[in-house]
Amino acid sequence: MLSRVADSLYWMSRYLERAENTVRQLDVALNLMLDTGSAGEGLRWRQLIAALGNPAGLEWNGDLESMAGRLVFDTLNHASVTYSVNAARENARQVREEISTEQWQRLNRLYHQMHSVQVQSQFRVSISDMLTTVVDGIHLFKGVSDTTMIHGQGWQFIRLGRYLERAYAIATLLEVYQPGLTSPEQSPAGHQYLEQVGLLRCCTAFEAFCQVYTADLTPDRILEFLLLNRDFPHAIRYSVDGVRHAIESIQRTGGRRPPDDLMAGIGRLHAMLSYTTIGEILSGDTAAFLHSIREQCLRIHELMYRYYVHYSIQSALAT
Amino acid sequence: MSAGHPAEVETLFGDYPLDHAFDEMREGTGEVRPHYRALAETLASLPPDELQRCKQSAELSFLTQGITFTVYGREEGTERIFPYDLVPRLVTAPEWDRIERGLTQRITALNLFLRDVYSDAKILADRVIPRELIYSCKHYRRQMRGLQVPRNVYIAVVGTDLLRLASGEFVVLEDNLRVPSGVSYMLTNRRVMKRTFPQLFHSYGVRPIEQYPQLLLATLRSLAPEGRPEPNIVLLTPGVFNSAYFEHTYLARQMGIDLVEGRDLVTHDNIVYMRTTDGLKRVDVIYRRVDDDFSDPLVFRPDSALGCSGLFNAYRAGNVTVANAFGTGLADDKALYAYVPLIIRYYMNEDPILPNVETFLMTEEKDRKHVLANLDKLVVKAVGESGGYGMLIGPHSTAQQREEFARQIEANPRNYIAQPTLAFSRAPCLIGNQLEPRHVDLRPYILFGDKVNIVPGGLTRVALEKGSLVVNSSQGGGSKDTWVLE
Repeated sequence: MLSRVADSLYWMSRYLERAENTVRQLDVALNLMLDTGSAGEGLRWRQLIAALGNPAGLEWNGDLESMAGRLVFDTLNHASVTYSVNAARENARQVREEISTEQWQRLNRLYHQMHSVQVQSQFRVSISDMLTTVVDGIHLFKGVSDTTMIHGQGWQFIRLGRYLERAYAIATLLEVYQPGLTSPEQSPAGHQYLEQVGLLRCCTAFEAFCQVYTADLTPDRILEFLLLNRDFPHAIRYSVDGVRHAIESIQRTGGRRPPDDLMAGIGRLHAMLSYTTIGEILSGDTAAFLHSIREQCLRIHELMYRYYVHYSIQSALAT
Repeated sequence: MSAGHPAEVETLFGDYPLDHAFDEMREGTGEVRPHYRALAETLASLPPDELQRCKQSAELSFLTQGITFTVYGREEGTERIFPYDLVPRLVTAPEWDRIERGLTQRITALNLFLRDVYSDAKILADRVIPRELIYSCKHYRRQMRGLQVPRNVYIAVVGTDLLRLASGEFVVLEDNLRVPSGVSYMLTNRRVMKRTFPQLFHSYGVRPIEQYPQLLLATLRSLAPEGRPEPNIVLLTPGVFNSAYFEHTYLARQMGIDLVEGRDLVTHDNIVYMRTTDGLKRVDVIYRRVDDDFSDPLVFRPDSALGCSGLFNAYRAGNVTVANAFGTGLADDKALYAYVPLIIRYYMNEDPILPNVETFLMTEEKDRKHVLANLDKLVVKAVGESGGYGMLIGPHSTAQQREEFARQIEANPRNYIAQPTLAFSRAPCLIGNQLEPRHVDLRPYILFGDKVNIVPGGLTRVALEKGSLVVNSSQGGGSKDTWVLE
């Protein structure tokens, strides 16, 4: 497969995952603000922005609606949902012959939705409904991708983008929430519960969590679930497994010997999440642990890129 | 003007005008030509709404298949379909036979001409064609001098525009020897047509065209460099902003080859590679949909990023085949066009089977005087342009436009030619619930590899506006399916 095509599919997928993550976190943050009153809005907003990786241009200005509008619609801000959807569609358009018609039409429709008057007015009436519409569009695209596209290298690059973006985003989120989670005495009892549910809902994990642990929320269980569960799609371990599986499938169809450092990087992260217990993580430096996951994700992206997409001509000619 | 048609056929025709222009469907007396009768009766037997319904379902099918033009603004992507007419254009077997022989003769001669001009230039030494005409052509590529091309094939893919005159005779209007487009519309028109009128199609015995992508692939493969038994063939597109991008993706998908852009290619030691996830992969044949000028910044336009640096040297070294070859635009220069009958006689020692349209060269003083005095009756064209750009249609022009063209002709006579305004043929089109005649041309697609292959038919383009003579898609033209009968 052409490197440019792989690159476009990878980024198409990453941008959609990013849009979905932003929408979900915004939805949860707005919901939590209902309970804390306007005094806490600024604090909550800063936490949201931190969990999104501290993008520029979104400093709290006191007006929640305008801030939320910017995070959803501002096409110039790289953190906005619309920016991500635009970028995903642009990538898809460049590989129109590689993706199915159904995929293209789905993504195209989502793109036109983001720019439509209806969505803007829906945003003013009910932000939550509007955000649901967007997530639905993204889910439909993913479903159509899985059912209409050949599960070859291109599809694996789509999965690779999705899971790498997801693992990175959850690690960022946990890094922001973890201090409040493990030293709970600052907030009153009822609020503590809402906070914890909010964190789980950021990862669509509340119901799944209850199935595993019942609704008995404790910080160590929440962290264990979001970090180490291997069956829940929005857990970091599951996502890293997804990354590993995608890379292995790409190697299998490619026929080139995989570079040791890429396989080692993925293997190390995978082992770290498979063979560590939550007790060990919490008794050590939890923040450093979470930070290390992000670093490793960046490293995997870099190595993958250097090997499949932006390799130097000299190195390629030598082999 | 009734000619004994059933009443329904008369209703379908309404006040269908006939004049001196050839009508594809009806004789001068109004009678439907024999091979069109079954078609007319079928259309007439359908309830009026049914035709509209068929038309809408055909259009919807184009839209959902994504067979659209891109009219790309900066912010929003707007895509619209190429207007499509339901009524097929019929070509009888004897008519097609003549077209096929004529095109084969013409393409063979033009190819011999290109080989000659870029090697010994005998035709110039023999003074059949004036040297200055060649060397002043903006599509002449001196880099091609003395270069050996595979199988001596310069023009592997050609789309020739034919018109039918009042006499019923087909003539050649233009040879498109650079990067002719539109073949994807020919193929998709047929697919939609089969779905819309399956029985009618079946009863007519229409010769198939669906093998075109396979033939194109075989043609490209036959031109692969020596010693490459399993050649890697790619289609080189200028990218997503090109108006024919849909066609590029369509053909690449139909042939099962990679669609590459210039940035996917690298050259090393005069070998072209593409960057894949499995490392560099050697490229053997490039079906090029990028103009000469943009193909290699080292040799042609240095400011272009659409092509690949070093491509031309790899081509010169014989390590990669590029189809069409560079510099083929020389032979479809509109001033050189006037010499094609001489070219055919010179190389083939035969009379042209398909005649040319009478053409006035502005470099000839006598011709120029005549043209300047008769601008309101003639069509003036810039020699290096295509797609209906740089054109003056005398009878439909304003005095100001004529003045502007007269000035430009005086300033640069080599850049213009003139032709009489042709009353070329009209074919029935569905306008509302009735048939009305519209001017049509015919662009058959010719493939030239180890042999000449022409799929029977081609793209019939329609000037959908009443009375209009311009069929180009960029200027409000549409298209219809072309049936060559057994």
